[in-house]
Amino acid sequence: MQRIGVFVCWCGSNIAGTVDVEAVSEALKSEPGVVFSTNYQYMCSQAGQDIIKNAIAEHKLTGIVVCSCSPRMHEATFRKTAAAAGLNPYMVEIANIREQCSWIHKDMATGTEKAIILGKAAVAKVNLNAPLTPGESPVTKRALVIGGGIAGIQTALDIADAGFPVDIVETKPTIGGKMAQLDKTFPTLDCAACILTPKMVDVAQHENIRIFSYSEVVEVGGFVGNFDVKIKKKARYVKEDVCTGCGICTEKCPMKKAPNEFNMGMDNRPAVYIPFAQAVPKVATIDPNYCNMLKNGKCGLCAKVCTAGAIDYTQKDEIIEEKYGAIVAATGFNPISMDKFDEYAYNQSKDVITSLEFERLTNAAGPTAGKLLRPSDGEHPHTIVFVQCVGSRCAACAEKGKEYCSKICCMYTAKHAMLTRDKYPDTDVYVFYIDVRTPGKSFDEFYRRAVEEYGVHYIKGMVGKVSPEGNKLMVQASDLLANKQLHIEADLVVLAAAIEPDKSARPLATMLTASMDTNDFFTEAHPKLRPVESPTAGVFLSGTCQGPKDIPETVSQASAAAAKVIGLLAKDKLTGNPCVAHSDELMCNGCSSCERVCPYGAITYVDKEFRMPDRTTAIRRVASVNTAVCQGCGACTVACPSGAMDLNGFKNAQIMAEVDAICK
Amino acid sequence: MQKVTSELLVKKASELLENGTVTRVLGWKKGEFSYDLTPAVFESGEELIKDFVFSDFSGANFSKYLIKETKKADGKVLVFLKPCDSYSFNQLLTEHRFDREKVYAIGIPCEGMADVDKIKKNVGDGIIDIISDGDRIVVKTLYDGDKEIAADDVKAERCIVCKSKKCVAYDELLGDNGEVIDSERFDEVEKLEKMTDDERFAFWQNELSRCIRCNACRDVCPACTCEKCVFDNPKSGVENKAISDSFEEKMFHIIRAFHVAGRCTDCGECSRVCPQGIPLHLLNRKFIKDINEFYGEYQAGAEIGSRAPLVNYTLDDIEPVDAVKKGEADNA
Amino acid sequence: MQVNNGYQPKIVAFCCNWCSYAGADLAGNNRLAYPENVKIIKVPCSCRVNPMFILRAFQRGADGVILCGCHPGDCHYTSGNYYTRRRMALLFSMLNFLGIEKERTRVEWVSAAEGAKFAATMNEFCETVAALGENKRLEDLRCKR
Repeated sequence: MQRIGVFVCWCGSNIAGTVDVEAVSEALKSEPGVVFSTNYQYMCSQAGQDIIKNAIAEHKLTGIVVCSCSPRMHEATFRKTAAAAGLNPYMVEIANIREQCSWIHKDMATGTEKAIILGKAAVAKVNLNAPLTPGESPVTKRALVIGGGIAGIQTALDIADAGFPVDIVETKPTIGGKMAQLDKTFPTLDCAACILTPKMVDVAQHENIRIFSYSEVVEVGGFVGNFDVKIKKKARYVKEDVCTGCGICTEKCPMKKAPNEFNMGMDNRPAVYIPFAQAVPKVATIDPNYCNMLKNGKCGLCAKVCTAGAIDYTQKDEIIEEKYGAIVAATGFNPISMDKFDEYAYNQSKDVITSLEFERLTNAAGPTAGKLLRPSDGEHPHTIVFVQCVGSRCAACAEKGKEYCSKICCMYTAKHAMLTRDKYPDTDVYVFYIDVRTPGKSFDEFYRRAVEEYGVHYIKGMVGKVSPEGNKLMVQASDLLANKQLHIEADLVVLAAAIEPDKSARPLATMLTASMDTNDFFTEAHPKLRPVESPTAGVFLSGTCQGPKDIPETVSQASAAAAKVIGLLAKDKLTGNPCVAHSDELMCNGCSSCERVCPYGAITYVDKEFRMPDRTTAIRRVASVNTAVCQGCGACTVACPSGAMDLNGFKNAQIMAEVDAICK
Repeated sequence: MQKVTSELLVKKASELLENGTVTRVLGWKKGEFSYDLTPAVFESGEELIKDFVFSDFSGANFSKYLIKETKKADGKVLVFLKPCDSYSFNQLLTEHRFDREKVYAIGIPCEGMADVDKIKKNVGDGIIDIISDGDRIVVKTLYDGDKEIAADDVKAERCIVCKSKKCVAYDELLGDNGEVIDSERFDEVEKLEKMTDDERFAFWQNELSRCIRCNACRDVCPACTCEKCVFDNPKSGVENKAISDSFEEKMFHIIRAFHVAGRCTDCGECSRVCPQGIPLHLLNRKFIKDINEFYGEYQAGAEIGSRAPLVNYTLDDIEPVDAVKKGEADNA
Repeated sequence: MQVNNGYQPKIVAFCCNWCSYAGADLAGNNRLAYPENVKIIKVPCSCRVNPMFILRAFQRGADGVILCGCHPGDCHYTSGNYYTRRRMALLFSMLNFLGIEKERTRVEWVSAAEGAKFAATMNEFCETVAALGENKRLEDLRCKR
């Protein structure tokens, strides 16, 4: 049996004005378990807290009920008071007799009656309270950033600058991501490489950063502060620490037919390659799908010409195991496949390209050395049609495309159109749009410059069909404002393809038990207030894996994620919320219902041996809650049919006792 | 099509026992009368020949027994699964309730089971034996000699509105597999939905007040497999039971139906075993009907590993206030 | 509020800690009155509310039970109220199926900023339940005083 003390606060006249505090403390005296009951003008004051402390000592109280303002005001205060007097802080319950009683009721009699009932409910609950101790877990002071694009780079640099070691895992042979492929960046038109490559070098040279390029995460275990991660370092058949990046092997390689991913497949690269001149790490990689030596043992030229002796045809995939305190997902995006968009003739004509391909065509390091030439015949195009919203903002029922706005297309199309007109004034440039969306600093000014200063023809309407005819592309479109059909004879058509999360995101989310939306973007812990955290504790989101973003937004979010990671890694120990779920193994069926509703992946199953009534033993599957991950929502407790799952601080029996007290 | 008979199943089971594929057989055993079959574990061919029966009264669904039986000893357990049993079988696998490796399942076709109570109502007391002969059923009585009735007239309600003749889980199938049936199993539920609040209340008051809390519905239910039921657990605060026609029974039945909502395969065992003849399956069917209407067609046990509707959600699910209206307005 | 010659229904309101309980506090801060027979029980999330609690309340003499949680999409735990929505849709539909007046049960989404909505909801709910009169269908005779 508990020994409960009841402390009724007057809150000056705030409570005492409509509640007879004396009557309340008197009435609660006779409740089961109550051994002491009093009232005082301001319970939260030093004097009031002393009353509580003295009573705890004098009456050997095991639990207290404070009838006062909302627990949102002073629960923390009274818990501290209790702790200072040696009472477990979770043995404190608050009856909210101010916000939810005295302030809304005018009549003293009814107000007092209600206050007494609320007090009784709190007493009934505290009778069933048990001391709770928050769990503590250590923090591994190292972060993992998955993805080495601008988001991952920025996050890693910020964390590393704060003094914590960071590992970047990138599936490609180099970091840099999509930004490395871009030519110029809106709205300032500075060259992407000029602002990105120094950051890549910073990453390479940072003493706190390790880069696992050409690698992927294959397994994630553990929980916030204590993740165990397995990283697969794919065999690149080149000793990374020996290769000097001189590039002689790539020159001599006789097999030069591999599509060059970096140039969106618009030209070819050798089987042994360095993706681009500023690659980090600047080491060669052999593509086993094209290398003759790896395919049939005939060649070996690169090994002969490599003076450093870096080539190793026998290299195997390697698994690296590492512990991390925090994980940042920065898996980025890709343009969607144009296969389903036959109307634009993407697969029929080489002169229908995506914006990212256009980006490579205008890049000085691209396949045409920056000259805008038609991929089909290398001629200079005179009429160029840009089509926006290709696969973005599609109807939910459409079989192709995405419902969402890809956000970046309006701006990069304006950039492409403007730059084309700037460099080639002899061109006619058309942009077909549904709406032009330009919210952002200096964005609308930028778009208007394209229209007003550079004479880009912006036409509200959709392109219905692109048909290749001879060496021309017949573009059939509607001009909604003029209400007429247009037929444009174009030389080049550029599609602003929607962007979608990288395919690696979904399996990664499963490994991280991080939730995703229907489009495979990672879900935030709170869409407004915790936008860079995943609901899974210790997992953070950086860049477009959370939703479409431009570079400035990506970088801000990347730094925000880094700040959150630093905040986590700066702690020596993580103190959990003790009001977490726990499972009674004897009653658990192991049915997985709780696991399925848990938003945090806090529940796992273990096979345990149980002694049966007939003295035999049996192995049963039972749920186990990771208290460091559980946030205490209680969803599992209702999903559990047997009642094996219960929530500390809000146990079934406690809530039922409150119900009983109120309904009595 | 191969006709499934006791003899065939005994032969099959004996073979599997002999060649060591299984060590135990779950089957229907003769009771005092030929129609009160009871579930039993057989361990030898002799036992099977002596007591194993498969007839119009082999309604019992054995899936649930696998939970305990597979844990008892090494070796596989042979289980015969009628189509409706196979759904429960899958549902239990979805919930990790037994080790599939320890079971050898034989799917058997089912043409529907007979309802003893209907026969009793039809021919009166003093039944000493019931012999089924396809479409006709011969009832031997103590006082009035043999009586013959049409099998269709005494078919169990759950079999009249059978939802599927398709075995969805088995290692081996005897006979041909059937199809899922677009049945009229929700008609009874709809009839109740069309009533007024008062009528519905009167209906359920009449039905549920007969409950004697014998727990037979719970004990037979293949979805009620909790290690310890909340209603047996003093810690849960709801364990008290009482014979009174007030709320207690309703609480029990509502909570029981809620606990199995989305997991109940509609096998109808609860109503079959109820000694008071309460149509408990209507509660489960109401949940199934609502789930289908609110969240899309869902059949528990149709697939292993499927996510039950109550541990799932979409962003634009129906609001409770509209759900309640829909539950009655559709039919009003 | 005086309805039906002084008859006041007993209402149990389950409020989630993050939105609705704060909404109720805000109603108090703004001195927005609602009947004193509404008693609030704080739960971490609306998804903590077990159907058993609701039936228990009715069994012990409550005339109406209302569940308040964050608006869908705003759950502190991201998905809790989505489960609540499904559970209560099915439970309330079942209670209605058993002939229990559907007006006695309610789910309402109340944010921390919606003090006025909280008070208005409680006033309206009390009125509705008061019009139905005492809950006789779900009470347990043994729990009668």
